[in-house]
Amino acid sequence: MLEFDVVELGEANHPEPGDEAAEFTRPLVNDEFWEDRSLSELSSEGDGPTILVFTPMLGSFVGKYVWDELRDRGWDDRAGRVVGVTISTPYAVKRFLEDEACPFPFFSDPANAVAEAYGVDHELDDMEGISEPRPAFFALDSDLQVQGAWVAREWPEFPDYDDLEDELGLE
Amino acid sequence: MSDPADPPITFYRLQACPFCERVTRTLQELGLEYRSRFVEPLHSKRDVVKRVAGVRTVPVIVDENTGVTMAESANIVDYLESTYGDGATDAETGTAVASGDGGAE
Repeated sequence: MLEFDVVELGEANHPEPGDEAAEFTRPLVNDEFWEDRSLSELSSEGDGPTILVFTPMLGSFVGKYVWDELRDRGWDDRAGRVVGVTISTPYAVKRFLEDEACPFPFFSDPANAVAEAYGVDHELDDMEGISEPRPAFFALDSDLQVQGAWVAREWPEFPDYDDLEDELGLE
Repeated sequence: MSDPADPPITFYRLQACPFCERVTRTLQELGLEYRSRFVEPLHSKRDVVKRVAGVRTVPVIVDENTGVTMAESANIVDYLESTYGDGATDAETGTAVASGDGGAE
């Protein structure tokens, strides 16, 4: 047994199933370019739910573990679309997509205002001035109504991915 | 600024590229709605521009109003002013990718 206490992040005041998720517009980064896109525009394209995935900044092991898992589980074929939210810049996201063969686009939000709007922001100890999202997952329908949610309570904490897939309604 | 809806002009650009900023200024002066797609400094990372316009330089615009895809800032500015400015002539059609010293990175 490890002899230390895991850091608690505490409760998050995040949207629950049935709530309407906050609309936002940010540069959406894919493996070729980035352009401003709104969440509502994205979620109304095609069929199926939108899975919004918040992770710590790209380069962190927490971010890597989550995105490796989602890629390996083939989430890109199992929802309408899976989209990340990160404080990493568009340039850093592009590099990550390339280096990790990551098939998911990301909203780049260096000011972390989207995580604040979703109640999942987290001030990093002794990285003065940097706030980022804690790991969090939201399934949204085309009207941005929350269908399922999971938010980390510890630092770090990872979901049970089988349970998470049930919660988010993945195929 | 770009509109959240689907504007007819797509503008491939590089952050802080003077030739791109020249096109930005013209788009704004003419009050045109456009969607910016930002690409990377390295030409080898600009496959999307190559695919769309046949070149790896930016700026490039794709205008769905007229079917025009165009590279090189001087040509783009001339095109925008003659198509949308005061005394605009009939919209040009076809694909024009100019050669020569038109101002691009």
